[in-house]
Amino acid sequence: MDFKKALLLILTFGLFTATLQAQTKHKKTTATHAPSAALKASIAAGLPIFTENCVACHQADGTGIAHMNPPLIKTPFVLGDKTRLIKIILNGFNDDVEINGERYSNTMASHDFLSDQQIADLLTYVRNSFGNKASAITMAQVKAVRAGK
Amino acid sequence: MKKRNLISAMLPVTAIAGLVLLLNACKSGSTDHKTGADTTSTTTSSPNAGLKLQSGFSAAVIAEKLGGTREIAVTPQNNIYVKLNNFKDGKGILYLTQDSTKATLTKSFGDYKGTGVYVKKGYLYTSSDEEVFRYKLNDKNEVINPDQPEKIVTGLLSRGEHEAKAITLDNDGNLYVNIGAYSNACQVADRKKDSPGQKGCPILDSAGGIWQFKADKLNQHYGDGIRYATGLRNVVGMDWNQQNNQLFVMQHGRDQLHDLFPQYFTTKQSADLPAECMYAIKKGDNAGWPYMYYDWQQHKKILMPEYGGDGKKEGGQTAIDPAAAFPGHLAPNGLLFYTGSQFPEKYKNGAFIAFHGSWNRAPEPQAGYFVVFQPFKDGKASGDYEIFADNFAGSADKAATGRAEHRPCGLAQGPDGALYVTDDNQGTIYKITYKK
Repeated sequence: MDFKKALLLILTFGLFTATLQAQTKHKKTTATHAPSAALKASIAAGLPIFTENCVACHQADGTGIAHMNPPLIKTPFVLGDKTRLIKIILNGFNDDVEINGERYSNTMASHDFLSDQQIADLLTYVRNSFGNKASAITMAQVKAVRAGK
Repeated sequence: MKKRNLISAMLPVTAIAGLVLLLNACKSGSTDHKTGADTTSTTTSSPNAGLKLQSGFSAAVIAEKLGGTREIAVTPQNNIYVKLNNFKDGKGILYLTQDSTKATLTKSFGDYKGTGVYVKKGYLYTSSDEEVFRYKLNDKNEVINPDQPEKIVTGLLSRGEHEAKAITLDNDGNLYVNIGAYSNACQVADRKKDSPGQKGCPILDSAGGIWQFKADKLNQHYGDGIRYATGLRNVVGMDWNQQNNQLFVMQHGRDQLHDLFPQYFTTKQSADLPAECMYAIKKGDNAGWPYMYYDWQQHKKILMPEYGGDGKKEGGQTAIDPAAAFPGHLAPNGLLFYTGSQFPEKYKNGAFIAFHGSWNRAPEPQAGYFVVFQPFKDGKASGDYEIFADNFAGSADKAATGRAEHRPCGLAQGPDGALYVTDDNQGTIYKITYKK
């Protein structure tokens, strides 16, 4: 482990901590802010849905399985276009595409048996776990995509 | 308010803990980087290359950082061919020559990725995910014309899932190719909850079995081959048993019993089931996929839940029984019947199996990442298997989380009776030897 790397890491981590603390402070001043509480509730509701339906392939830490099941971490498929992401849950996904430069062979099955609310919570959980940070997906958004598919 | 204060107070502690973790992760990362530079690394500097072996055996890394090293063949001259499913410098086949302590990459060729490699009667046979090729060898078993292989088989199905085409040859001029099923359990919609199994599974017409072709006939298609065995979901480890003059294969059993049928299977049952089965194959055999699976705890063939099963109802009445059965999802990628004389007598004519390691045991701990020995007596599996070479993962924790450093894949026997194991995660070749 060379020194530059270590230094960089310490700096990065310092910043990260500072940001977190800043966020906490910020939250203090807006303690009754509704969206934050809603986001938290949706993330919490998403975890058991993730455990029941996704963990076997994508793993509990979202890292996936090399060559077979893609990671859910910092990929545009998770963090990008919400409609595309919702469609992956509703329709499944079996396109031969590269995800962050890697190909994955297993079929992702349709999970359209989940309710709109379950899909919203699940995706909000995934978009805010494993180091991801992105806006929530709402039940209304899932409903709209399902109706238009 | 109190809670939030607590979180604030915890933050620096969490940050320090996280930093320590990160630093450790980085440390092991940098060790990995060094392994290419012929200096110290955990793998090469620790005894037996970090492996845990049966007593009397030792292991050494003879080559590393070779890319996605899948199956391996060792020539009578003690040199090595290995097939890559990830290119090294744009090539998919490597030829390594050996001296006493290491193997040196001498030649690379073949502009296709794949899994299968086999040396037989003056030819090197290799496979991509759609085709099988062969290369004429000279009297030292060196490839004469690496840029002009003969195409033996072409147009095999490859639809992402179970795409690897494992190959082996018998002594009568026949080539055997695995064509894996592009499906988990032949559901109408693959891996979808509540989607039923297809009646008269159409996948079996062109996949989910072993096909036999002529080893010396060019450009063979499905119609030129024979569906030698069916009802095999996916096979990577296969070998011709010289004692029985018979094909043996290792099947990768189905995934996701709990995901798809939580009413019948706990996560623990889903991690252990179904068995990873060894089959002794006769022409025309049916191993039963997708209509049944084998339960190694009940010692029974069980009706597949997509076809009305519940984990208890028996099924597969016309399917053959396994020759041996192992716990679920360990992913047998290499099978080798040992015919050498270097190892103790009990190993002769028994089977080594390289278990690539699981992914479908989550949320239970992952397992595998080892080479197993299954004793044989009079051509039949006899007695319990032993874990012959363990800790390819690097530690128990790395195995449990599935973050294995090395994943055993291909097996081969050298002319002196040494056992070779490839790792397709980091492109390592291990050589395991025995001294009295």
